[in-house]
Amino acid sequence: MTGPAPVAGDGPAPLLEVSDLRVSYGVGDRSVKAVRGVDFVVRSGEALGVAGESGSGKSTLVMSFLRLLPPSATVTGRVRYHGEDILTMNWGRVRAVRWAGASMIFQGAMSALNPVRTIAQQIVEPIVLHEKVGARAARARAASLLNDVGLPAARLNSYPHELSGGQRQRVMIAMALACGPDLIVADEPTTALDVMVQAQILQLLKDLAASRAIGLIMISHDLSVLAEVCDRLAVMYAGSICEVGPTAEVRADPRHPYSAALLDAFPEIGDPASRRRPHGLPGDPPDATLTPRGCPFAPRCGIVMPACTVHEIELWPAGHGRLSSCLRVLPEFADEQPVVIPAAATDVVTERNPGG
Amino acid sequence: MSTPVQSSAPRPVLEVKNLRVTFASRRAASPARAVDDVNLSLGKGEIIALIGESGCGKSTLARALVGLVRPESGQVIAEGSPLRYAKAALRRHRRSVQLVLQDPAGALNPRHTVYDLVAEGPRLHGLTDNLYDRVRTALTQAGLRPPEQFLARYPHQLSGGQQQRVVIAGALALDPTVLVADEPVSSLDASARGEVLRLLLDLRDTLGLSALVVSHDLGLAWNIADRVAVMYLGRIVELGTVEEVLLRPRHPYTKALLSILPGARGTSALTLLQGETPDPTAIPPGCRFHPRCPLYAEKQEDPRASWCRERDPQVLPAQSETALAACHFVAPIRKPEDADSPHSAVAP
Amino acid sequence: MSTDQRGGDLLPIVNAPHLGRPPARFAGARRRMTRFFTMPTGIFGTVVLVAVVATAVLAPLIVPAAALDVTRVDGPSLHPPTAGYPLGTDQAGRSVLDLVIWGTRSSLVIGLIATALTVVVGTTIGLVAGHYGGWVERLLMQITDWVIALPGLPLAISLAAVLGQGNASIIVAIAVTSWTGTARLVRAQTLAVGARSFVERAKALGATDGQVMRRHILPSVVPIVLVTSTLKIADSILSAATLTFLGLGNPMDVSWGSILNSALGQGALTAGAWWYLIPPGVAILVVVLGFTLCGRALETIINPRMGAQR
Repeated sequence: MTGPAPVAGDGPAPLLEVSDLRVSYGVGDRSVKAVRGVDFVVRSGEALGVAGESGSGKSTLVMSFLRLLPPSATVTGRVRYHGEDILTMNWGRVRAVRWAGASMIFQGAMSALNPVRTIAQQIVEPIVLHEKVGARAARARAASLLNDVGLPAARLNSYPHELSGGQRQRVMIAMALACGPDLIVADEPTTALDVMVQAQILQLLKDLAASRAIGLIMISHDLSVLAEVCDRLAVMYAGSICEVGPTAEVRADPRHPYSAALLDAFPEIGDPASRRRPHGLPGDPPDATLTPRGCPFAPRCGIVMPACTVHEIELWPAGHGRLSSCLRVLPEFADEQPVVIPAAATDVVTERNPGG
Repeated sequence: MSTPVQSSAPRPVLEVKNLRVTFASRRAASPARAVDDVNLSLGKGEIIALIGESGCGKSTLARALVGLVRPESGQVIAEGSPLRYAKAALRRHRRSVQLVLQDPAGALNPRHTVYDLVAEGPRLHGLTDNLYDRVRTALTQAGLRPPEQFLARYPHQLSGGQQQRVVIAGALALDPTVLVADEPVSSLDASARGEVLRLLLDLRDTLGLSALVVSHDLGLAWNIADRVAVMYLGRIVELGTVEEVLLRPRHPYTKALLSILPGARGTSALTLLQGETPDPTAIPPGCRFHPRCPLYAEKQEDPRASWCRERDPQVLPAQSETALAACHFVAPIRKPEDADSPHSAVAP
Repeated sequence: MSTDQRGGDLLPIVNAPHLGRPPARFAGARRRMTRFFTMPTGIFGTVVLVAVVATAVLAPLIVPAAALDVTRVDGPSLHPPTAGYPLGTDQAGRSVLDLVIWGTRSSLVIGLIATALTVVVGTTIGLVAGHYGGWVERLLMQITDWVIALPGLPLAISLAAVLGQGNASIIVAIAVTSWTGTARLVRAQTLAVGARSFVERAKALGATDGQVMRRHILPSVVPIVLVTSTLKIADSILSAATLTFLGLGNPMDVSWGSILNSALGQGALTAGAWWYLIPPGVAILVVVLGFTLCGRALETIINPRMGAQR
């Protein structure tokens, strides 16, 4: 699915430009199409949030940027970092980009620390790997990094089990900053943390990104996490982006029924519409091995129209700086009445795509 | 809706009085005071949300309500009679108070079919006549229709929301009066969250089930609860109806929790507490929240600030006319003689 | 029920048309069996074991009793293999092949019974220790550790010597020295399963300790026990051969160990009678291999599934 290049405003040259990225596992009919054609642009100093539930492809998407997927994954498309396509770089160059250009904070990062090595050893490791600095200089850098993330330098000598969850996450952030990257990708950086610690970490990320003009891509299933930090929000469903735009606008006025459902699921306290009225989404997440005709969200959509199951779907402009893949943003469909699809017919109308 | 908490209501279905649960800690010298003097009462058809962060004791309290954990002191009272920990008494208790856990995938034995999973409870209690009907009814009540479709499935073939419904069906199969749910939707996708919460409300409306829902998510309280209790380090620090506590919070901890929600930015400034919740083995003296309390930090000159360091605010009673907050600054000083006594629970 | 009539934006009803037909009963078990028989280790191991068991069962038909009686045979003494005696003869003139075939019975029986005893004792101890915890666990694990520390072979020899000659003493000796591995394994698995949420759920539903063990813990423990038993049979047969070789078994019994014992005792080594010495060893090797291959195949089938259950 290639749409118009996502609008991100005119500004400095893009840091990361993703074009028609597709990722699938396995071959043939039963292959799992985790990412189905994604385009976006991230500039320096900008924070993009990618929201979606499990199975939406968001983690696969960002792992593919730095070629961190297993060999069984087939990745096509272009991921241009400062104009160079990472997917076709030779390995030496990829390694140079990893961590020194773009670094990653993985999901479950808190357990990604080696339990038998001190914090100092773990932060110093990427530094000496990528740069020609001596052990003393590297350690001094590690100390200043710990200060930057709000930890005392004395923590350098601790082991991971001596730190709390929030402290370990700060260490992971320090490691990600170690080689001075200009792009950080954070995959669920605050899951499993308490809400207060979560808020602290998000504030930290926001401050760091702003002060160092780092581009930030953050993934979460929790929209409130993204709301804190990200200027722009992209919502993913079934492997493609269904809406993208400035965070505040998307939250105030979503232009895709899935974004609306996702936002409704987390009520605003004080809003009478959600008092004793939890909003969910009926049905199940889509089968990633099937390629549906029309909109993948149609079986669960509350405002579905007959055209939704046949019309080809792409991202269309939906306001200034906003895109949506809902047919209703097109003028010809804007006023059409929704159809109540009886339960039996809510099976996904699919045909197996021979090309895959 | 401004009806206060039912104080002259009929007998509560489930109560705790001065409950204390402690665990011996291998690492620290002193025991962990997971639940440190809590009063709570759940009325018929009422839904209470127990909100707190990890380490506050809410999960321990939930397990104590179901009888999985024995308190060191205090009582769990079901339908007016205190829970005794003899085997027969516990079994009877489990017919009326059931537990729904956080991770439905882990809570369901992967080798058992849905039928076996839902039938497990009745079988354990010897309720085997009409077992098939009982299972089908429970699945239907839990929103899995048609139930026959699901009977032969294994948990891994179901989505997270469906798995949690199976867990709930398993609880419903025993015809309980109370459901205690520990983070019932935290490990579910956003879309399934609403479904399961909607189910809890429906069960209250159709079956008259009362529920105590434990969570870290204040939004969940807004979604389904009648009353909310905010817990910190083993104590309830604020208690009242959802409207009172979430719209007019009085305890500084509650205020801080509300301020970090994205929608709150219009009404209150972001209050980020420093540090992390202390360990239950090392509860600070005086008011347990005072080391992190922004109000205490701000009011150093106030004479009441010394109370924060030295005196524990009163334990909140289970019922009252208005919302309560366990904070020395919430109650005004009425008379000079009262200046020495730690008032905190009763607002004017 | 009023919820049926609820329309509006959300239906609380969850339809599952795409789940298709429910799986057939025992589909999981059938799938696993198919996997077992498509793995080279599985196939090979099964073939070997079938051959071995067939030999043991059919031995009385293949080898007439007279062939084993030293007073009734008339073959040449210590003769190398010929057409009539494919594996040569022993010092009394008996066909070595006949002896080896007959020996299958004894070795297999001792091995299987000893393993059964080992597994029962080890599993019980492991289950009780893991499930009840506290002082019970500490006591049982201390005992286990002591027994582990004792050297196996000398202990087995002493036991067998004390209990008197005979196959029963060998079986007991083997069981006493081998139950510890199973006990520790079962205890570990019991602890792991006991920590799973579904056990807590069972307790919340009202299960007693016994019910929890029977419904949840035992079924999770059985696959592991199955795998170790299969591998343990190989060990037991080896131990049995060792003990009978040392002369601790029933002297009237023909087993591979006793054949080796006689062979060495009769000077087969100095006489260069390789046909007398090698076949029992090869037989032991083959049986052990068969059980080990099967055990490994079982392990592979069971393990990924256990991993997926996380």
